[in-house]
Amino acid sequence: MSDTVLSLRELVVEIPTRRGVLRPVDRVSFDIARGEVLGVVGESGAGKSMTGTAVIGLIDRPGHIAGGEVLLNGERIDNLKPDAMRRIRGKRIGMVFQDPLTSLNPLLKIGDQLVETIRQHLPVTMEEARARAIAALEEVGIPAARSRIDSYPHEFSGGMRQRVVIALALSAEPDLVIADEPTTALDVSVQAQIIALLKRLCRERGTAIMLITHDMGVIAEAADRVAVMYAGRLAEIGPVAEVVARPQHPYTKGLMASTPMAAAPGERLNQIPGAMPRLDAIPPGCAFNPRCPVAEAVCKQGESPRVEECGGRAACWLVARKEDAA
Amino acid sequence: MNALVSIKSLIRRFDVSKPWLNRVIERSEKQYLTAVGDVSFEIPEKQVYALVGESGSGKSTIGKIAVGLLGPSEGAVEIGGVDLHREKDAQRRSETRAHIQMIFQDPYASLNPRWRVRDIIEEPVSAKGGDHKGLAEKLLEQVGLSARDADKYPHEFSGGQRQRICVARALAAEPRFIVCDEPTSALDVSVQAQVLNLMKDLQERLGLTYLFISHDLTVVRYMADRIGVLYLGRLVEEAGRDALFETPRHPYTKMLLDAAPRIDSFGREVEPPKGEIPDPINPPSGCAYHPRCPYANDRCRVEIPVMKPADGARVACHAVEEGRL
Repeated sequence: MSDTVLSLRELVVEIPTRRGVLRPVDRVSFDIARGEVLGVVGESGAGKSMTGTAVIGLIDRPGHIAGGEVLLNGERIDNLKPDAMRRIRGKRIGMVFQDPLTSLNPLLKIGDQLVETIRQHLPVTMEEARARAIAALEEVGIPAARSRIDSYPHEFSGGMRQRVVIALALSAEPDLVIADEPTTALDVSVQAQIIALLKRLCRERGTAIMLITHDMGVIAEAADRVAVMYAGRLAEIGPVAEVVARPQHPYTKGLMASTPMAAAPGERLNQIPGAMPRLDAIPPGCAFNPRCPVAEAVCKQGESPRVEECGGRAACWLVARKEDAA
Repeated sequence: MNALVSIKSLIRRFDVSKPWLNRVIERSEKQYLTAVGDVSFEIPEKQVYALVGESGSGKSTIGKIAVGLLGPSEGAVEIGGVDLHREKDAQRRSETRAHIQMIFQDPYASLNPRWRVRDIIEEPVSAKGGDHKGLAEKLLEQVGLSARDADKYPHEFSGGQRQRICVARALAAEPRFIVCDEPTSALDVSVQAQVLNLMKDLQERLGLTYLFISHDLTVVRYMADRIGVLYLGRLVEEAGRDALFETPRHPYTKMLLDAAPRIDSFGREVEPPKGEIPDPINPPSGCAYHPRCPYANDRCRVEIPVMKPADGARVACHAVEEGRL
């Protein structure tokens, strides 16, 4: 498909430690098309942020990409030299992180930061860059952008700061934006504003967005498709309405049922026993098998199942068998 | 029903002035931040009362005042008829205090990393010279951990397990009233479900009274019997759980319910709410919500609305009172 902006092919990230090699991302594959929002959801330690970091080539040493490919518009970018990667970052891949205060330089006016980013990536003059910066701020909904452009980050509220960060991420007109928990630090009402903004920009500009969050509600609201991660692996991937309404993987089912909004008031919440395994203690077979209510012998041995092998949306042998039978 | 906890016209101001020398040189006035402005409510025995609100709404401040970690500027908190800040009788004060416990948001910061779990759990009892033999083991099993965990240190546990230890510690002194300040905000969904179920079971089994503080409406809906919605330090609406979610009255409550992302809301296109929470040092005149409120009129801009009863609920809104809404 020529429309594919980002494509991961069996991506593996490894971190060598004294006690052996850890795999925070284990053979993850997915595509994001132009103008599509892919939600990546999982609990802490599921590898969702690590996947995003791997795409932009910012994994901290000694971690590294140990296998698989990352393709941006059909070109491999996982094996590029740091210099070449730096030109892609910001230019073709924009980033929005959780805490807007740490992603802005507190000593520089936001206008200077925007102009610097724009001039770094686009051949424009100072004046043009400033005009573009003002336009970018207006586009993300900052009132009185012309005067606010000379303010420092601390003069903005949390929601406004996150808008500035989004303007910064979009200033060089990237093909892909990686948004890592962009609304987690924000209040509910501001969160709704930021989600609406991301959706609008994605639609108007055709930017592909990889939206990383732990909040199923945010995913349901913003994403077109959703990838559920567990212990570094993809548990399920598919259109958001189907995954939420008819989850296939036992983990996704448990996750959906354990959100308080799924339970009727007064009813007990469904709980998944135990916790996600630590990276140095991932069980053989399917990583979810010790917590899985329907696990069988086949789940406890060999390689972990992958979505592609199971034929459905979920990486689960039992789902695969059901598909075969049907 | 008997009110175990009653909060009466509670006001708490914080002095946020610049240092004295700056004030003299810059000729600036003293500045105060009113974190809690005239909040009154009651919690009947064996009920769960939830406070919801966005950041800066004063919900944690109320929780801290309720357990006595902060003093009120005006008004009072009475627990079982005893006002901890004014009661003269030391005996009564200490008895009342023993019935109050708190569970905090961050289970990583609220357990002493150098203490064994046994010492952490037994401290509320041992500090008062009570008998604590076998207490830690019993409580650990009650919260779904193993008795053998008593000799471990906090770092050996995951976030959800740590929060269970916090719950066990809160239960050690056999309290009647527990303030839970965002107890599951730091936890993952599946673990959050475990801890919420546990807290609810214990509340029902032991007949506990909770003041449950959270920003998460879905969690509140699961836990609470009655809910108070705070905006900029004031209660704007108070209602039973079902009434609040089914027929929210105050425009802010409506906005909050609309804005919260829902799991069944894929493809939902909503008009996002306007504006942000104002600066609490210079709050808007009149109703604090009026700059964001679609129903605001001149009266809302001038006069602070007070809580008025309405079919078992209480609402502080001129528009509701005048029947415009």
